[in-house]
Amino acid sequence: MPPTLKTKSFFASFFPKKEKSFFLGRKKQRTFALCSIAFVLCAITSPAFAYRIYVSNEKDNTVTVLDGATLNIVKTVDVGARPRGIVLSGDGKSLFICTSDADHIEVLDLASLKVIRVLPSNPDPEYMALSHDGKTLYVANEDNSQVSVLDVARGRIISEIPVGVEPEGMAVSPDDKTVICTSETTSMAHFIDVATHNVVASVLVGTRPRFAVFTKHGAQVWVSSEVAGTVAVIDAATHKIIKTLHFTLPEVPTAAIQAVGINLTSDGKYAFIDLGPANRVAVVDPKTFEIEKYLLVGQRVWHNAFSPDEKLLYTANGLSNDMSVIDVSGLSVTQSVPVGQSPWGVVVGP
Amino acid sequence: MLVCSQARAADEIGIVYLGLDRAHHIASTDLDAPPAYPGLKGAQLAVADTNTTGRFTNQHFALEVINPPDPQTLEQDFTKALAAGKRLFVANLPAELLLKLADTKGAPGAVILDATTPDDRLRQADCRANMLHILPSRAMLADALMQYLVAKSWTRIMLLVGRDPADTLYADAIRHAAEKFQITIRADRPWRFNPAAQQADTGHYQVNDEVVKATQGVTYDILVVADEADNFGDELAYRTDTPRPVAGTQGLVPTAWSPAMDEYASTQLQTRFHREEGRWMTAEDYGGWLAVRAIGEAATRAATADPQKIIAYLHGPDFSVSGYKGPELTFRPWDGQLRQPILLSTDRSLVSISPQPGFLHQTNDLDSLGQDQPESTCHLP
Repeated sequence: MPPTLKTKSFFASFFPKKEKSFFLGRKKQRTFALCSIAFVLCAITSPAFAYRIYVSNEKDNTVTVLDGATLNIVKTVDVGARPRGIVLSGDGKSLFICTSDADHIEVLDLASLKVIRVLPSNPDPEYMALSHDGKTLYVANEDNSQVSVLDVARGRIISEIPVGVEPEGMAVSPDDKTVICTSETTSMAHFIDVATHNVVASVLVGTRPRFAVFTKHGAQVWVSSEVAGTVAVIDAATHKIIKTLHFTLPEVPTAAIQAVGINLTSDGKYAFIDLGPANRVAVVDPKTFEIEKYLLVGQRVWHNAFSPDEKLLYTANGLSNDMSVIDVSGLSVTQSVPVGQSPWGVVVGP
Repeated sequence: MLVCSQARAADEIGIVYLGLDRAHHIASTDLDAPPAYPGLKGAQLAVADTNTTGRFTNQHFALEVINPPDPQTLEQDFTKALAAGKRLFVANLPAELLLKLADTKGAPGAVILDATTPDDRLRQADCRANMLHILPSRAMLADALMQYLVAKSWTRIMLLVGRDPADTLYADAIRHAAEKFQITIRADRPWRFNPAAQQADTGHYQVNDEVVKATQGVTYDILVVADEADNFGDELAYRTDTPRPVAGTQGLVPTAWSPAMDEYASTQLQTRFHREEGRWMTAEDYGGWLAVRAIGEAATRAATADPQKIIAYLHGPDFSVSGYKGPELTFRPWDGQLRQPILLSTDRSLVSISPQPGFLHQTNDLDSLGQDQPESTCHLP
């Protein structure tokens, strides 16, 4: 077990180039000797970094901060009303939080764990995506049928892009040229050209699309549909659906299978798809589109996030008020950790 | 899918709303102001929602409202609309009038989405091939309630029936559902007391006495009331001889929609409606909204503005629409009824949603509510 590190080395350790800070804790050195050796070995073969996990809790207006190594709660931070979408800032020093009912975005400083800044967002921000230079936030305004483009440094909305009804899912392409917005009632994935802020294509997908994610090099966009319970794999260049994934679980009513959060491993081996009230995460092979396994997690699993080394996956479970931990290589659920009320989003950061 | 089509003029899709501008019914309480244009307001919101989608599919939806005070004018306006080539109708009308319209010359080529009636006969002996039903029938509502009573093991009911014809139909549905789910009706009594009495000074004493008398000498778990017009149903709870909860048309109500509903992202719809209208969405509004959404969804998915193709898609196997109640909603091909979960709700709290867990059906659990295909007397081609 790595000891809790001081803030400075925290940030350093999060970024691979300054990987260094694995020293044994002083007090419990002996007790943890075995595990520590195992950990160090593991760290040598494939580096792991000290990190924290951040979970937004929609119903009690908090963000739970957990230590990545111990899974202990470091702090429960009070934030504005109805925190949902959360995204790490470009420099990794802060967390952007969509406080939907407060109609703005709060910036949580990860060193002090205090909200240090409030950004405008237009009404009902639900989810957002950040450009890779960290300068621009694209915010879905669920009640307003638009995407607000926010200049982070200036704290100003520089553009508003009309999209379908109830926009939610947001994603930025790896080359930063395209932004995807899914609109739930319109059932479309809108492709927005970053240069002109025009919607250049709108792809009709299954009912209530909630989430969009690009594959590593941007060739595909995966879009989950909550009510249809499907995932559309869209060719990013032609805007054509090349595959629609369906999920069937004999023991779960069809209506409970609602696809929401998606994450793909960067080695292209697995896609993990949260199935909402089916209480399962589907494991899919992105090459063959075969469903390899369903993992039983907490209730109404919403969003998920990898640990920095992608060995673990954390899921926010909205109804059971906990976070499940999935061992990626073993494809098994290893732990569940209580967090706040109605966990919605989960992000891993320093 | 569509790329940069803004240059081309949008395809126009006309929907005609048919309603009667009736005098407001005065309910037994003044607390709830009669909603303005119930049904129509839902339809208008759905047009706005659907047009937001239409921006990306190059479709534009327009709602023509025919809402005269009398049935004769309505029939004439309907005939004119048919002659003008209109084929997509959303109706908020009583059963008798609906049947007249459906049987009008030229109407077979159109579709009438019955947005609000609960009448079972429109899904049974009087069903029509050119009609689709959006809100649940009384049989579906009654089944939804009885399933919940079975789940709670509250299997002995007392039934109290108002004097309106609609109350008789509601009571019939409860009786049929009780038999289906093996619920015992321990007493089945009419309610004959003057509904105005509550408003008289000291009226509450009289009402209390009457309710005690009406509910005496019966051993039961829950009082089920049939009072669709809200004449007396709200004056039963806390006044019964033995302390028993109230369900049916008041108390715990099986309904298509309730302002208390906040699951399955319905908060978004509730908020949108409240922002536009300054009041909460009723079941009637929900019917209007869902009817227009059904047409919009068919036009979007079939990628057409041609009414005949839209009608074909509505009746086809691929159609489904999202109704903020969980599963995708589809039409029963044998009677044109929209399958849907039914809320069990009080004024301020969503209590449950039927079908209850465990009430399974061989093809679709939603078909455990209402007349299933084998027992249906309607067999549309």
